[in-house]
Amino acid sequence: MSSFLERLMNGHEGGLKHEGMTPMQKIALRFVVIGLLFYGLAALEGMIMRLHEIKPLPMIDESHFFSIMTVHPMVGIFGSSYMIVFGAFLFLTPYLMKKPIYSVKLADLSWKFMAAGTFIMWLAGFLFHYAPLYTLYWPLPVDFEQFSLIGGITYIVGVVGIMIGTFLFTYNIFKTILYTPPGWEKQPSWELFKSAIGIEGLLNFFRRRKKEHLVPLPIAAISRGTIDMGLNAIVISSAGVLILIYFLGELFGASLKDTWVDALLYKNIFWWGLDLIADGLVLIFVAGTWYLLAMLISGKDLFMQNIARAALFLEMVVSWTVWSHHLMSDQGQPNVLKVVSGEMVTAFELITQGIAVFITLVTLWRARPLKMSNELKFLLGGILGFMLAVPAGIIQADLGMNRILHNTQWIIGTHVHVAILVGLTMTLYSAIYVLLPILTNNSVKLYSQKLANLHFWLHLIGGIGMGAFMGMAGMDGMLRRAIYLNGEYSTYMILAGICGAMLLVAFALFLYNIVMTIGINGLINIYKPATIQTNEAIPPQKEVQ
Amino acid sequence: MADSIDVLSTLKVVYTIYAWIVISLIAWFAYNITRDGRKEGAKPAIFYTYIAILVVIGTGLHFLTYHTVPWVPYDLNRHKITPDKVFHITYKDHNITIEGEVPMLIHCGDRVVFDVKSEDLTYGFGIFRQNGTMVTQMQVVPGSRNDLLWIFDKNGVYNIKSTEYSGPKGAYMEVKDAIRVIGCMEYDRYSMK
Repeated sequence: MSSFLERLMNGHEGGLKHEGMTPMQKIALRFVVIGLLFYGLAALEGMIMRLHEIKPLPMIDESHFFSIMTVHPMVGIFGSSYMIVFGAFLFLTPYLMKKPIYSVKLADLSWKFMAAGTFIMWLAGFLFHYAPLYTLYWPLPVDFEQFSLIGGITYIVGVVGIMIGTFLFTYNIFKTILYTPPGWEKQPSWELFKSAIGIEGLLNFFRRRKKEHLVPLPIAAISRGTIDMGLNAIVISSAGVLILIYFLGELFGASLKDTWVDALLYKNIFWWGLDLIADGLVLIFVAGTWYLLAMLISGKDLFMQNIARAALFLEMVVSWTVWSHHLMSDQGQPNVLKVVSGEMVTAFELITQGIAVFITLVTLWRARPLKMSNELKFLLGGILGFMLAVPAGIIQADLGMNRILHNTQWIIGTHVHVAILVGLTMTLYSAIYVLLPILTNNSVKLYSQKLANLHFWLHLIGGIGMGAFMGMAGMDGMLRRAIYLNGEYSTYMILAGICGAMLLVAFALFLYNIVMTIGINGLINIYKPATIQTNEAIPPQKEVQ
Repeated sequence: MADSIDVLSTLKVVYTIYAWIVISLIAWFAYNITRDGRKEGAKPAIFYTYIAILVVIGTGLHFLTYHTVPWVPYDLNRHKITPDKVFHITYKDHNITIEGEVPMLIHCGDRVVFDVKSEDLTYGFGIFRQNGTMVTQMQVVPGSRNDLLWIFDKNGVYNIKSTEYSGPKGAYMEVKDAIRVIGCMEYDRYSMK
């Protein structure tokens, strides 16, 4: 076998040694691998849409284009970001709490439900062109003149799978934090719960003698973000049940009137739930991940840890009251909600995220000089992404600006894509680089640092550039959910397309680097049962590093 | 009076400057974090000043736009303002139907209300110049009040487009030359025909 094929199959310097891995190490990697593959799918879909926005492609009609637009964010968020986050946190929670995970079986079921649910949901778009977008504005999801019943049912079945996976994750995380493992001394569950969600931290503000925190700071972030995740899953599941009732009515010949549901009230409830992702768990998880990464990279305690905990708690409360900035162009929405929830509460996100940036950077600064490792450079890229995207969000959550920016490419480019692709994804890449040696018991060595550097620069420049050119098109009136047939914004779209291609190439280089590092056999072995049977995060004989 | 082009041009300049500042800041940080030097953390005064600046920027933006962007006060005080003219528009089956004559004739400085009703799906109502830039927009939600008060101070001919996705059939919902504004001293150079 040539050396290339040998390395492709068996990885760099022997690749992944899976024999010594615990079930949790394998499950975390299963999540990450599937999450990366779904990222690739979302990136391909994004590129198809970019090309169609430059010049409409003859093989793609409107229903096909909008079905891609419907599944693209769902695959990106649930199939990719959720999967990678779930894998990391299901491993980190027992690892940081220094106790076994509550249930390996539930963790394993979680990735299966998430992966299958995302794939089924994607099929609804690919096969049946079901295209109500992720917003599901009532009564579009039940518009049977535009969409087939089978497409709708397939979509909902997929979403149900994703939500079951999410509930399993949420339950497993909280159980792991609170439960008493067999043979252990009774754990103070209530005290742990108070510490995890921030009640103890809040009470500490009013105490002379501060109580010690029972859970580490990253666990506090994981808990608070997971609460938002659970609440969001309840809202999305409820919307799914409602839509399913209409589907079943249609199926059995008893069409229900869509006017029975108040479209504006539905929009409020749905956005309340949906915003728990965008303005809740993403910001909380990201802040918690930054803190953990800063501590691991610097080897030092977090700067201003109590402030960081308070900011995480504040962010959770803010996420429950911030939804109305999505309804600032709805004239029926009361002005008091637009101003208080839409403008003022949203402004708090500048403060909470600003605190996270400050604390992370100062923590790193205190440990200088640091080596510019992959995890550090991607962490700085992630911080930069949010420094660009959060103020863009604050700007559009203003009554004056929203009137001329709502539903333009500014929203989805400068704010959403910069936040997700540069802010969130680069943070996740940093976490992957930090976790890779821990998850593989230091058995792998990165195939190529040059490829890692190329991945970094192409992703950073591509992500910021694409957001910038989309934003400029938006300021010139280009809508985010529209097709332009006459090349109206082609200059911006060509430039955004070039940047999109950089992102796609960056991902291909990263994937190639990881495959060559681990080897195809190593990747396959991740999905084989672990030889060690334990609920511990890492092999018991190894020291926690 | 400032219009959307003025406001968005300002945003373009301000946000571009801001973006280059934060990119430079992170680049400077990345360079210096690899070098040895002073290691102490920030003093509390620096931290709290930074927080104060964030509070001022976060809330100050809204006070600024309330006083400088013309449509904010009349959006917030809509219930107290009696319009000079009301246009009734209906959305149904991915069609936009304007009641009365088209183009809708508007006199300069008149307070006009676009009262839009949807009889099926959620749509959007946007007014666009001939060069494609947006003048204003709102959501059109079935069963809900969708009325937008606007004052035009430049002569021009404007198009109406649905700004919200309403399914593949609604991809190209547009009424060309739906609004004509007359009687102003100034012409909207991006929207003349």
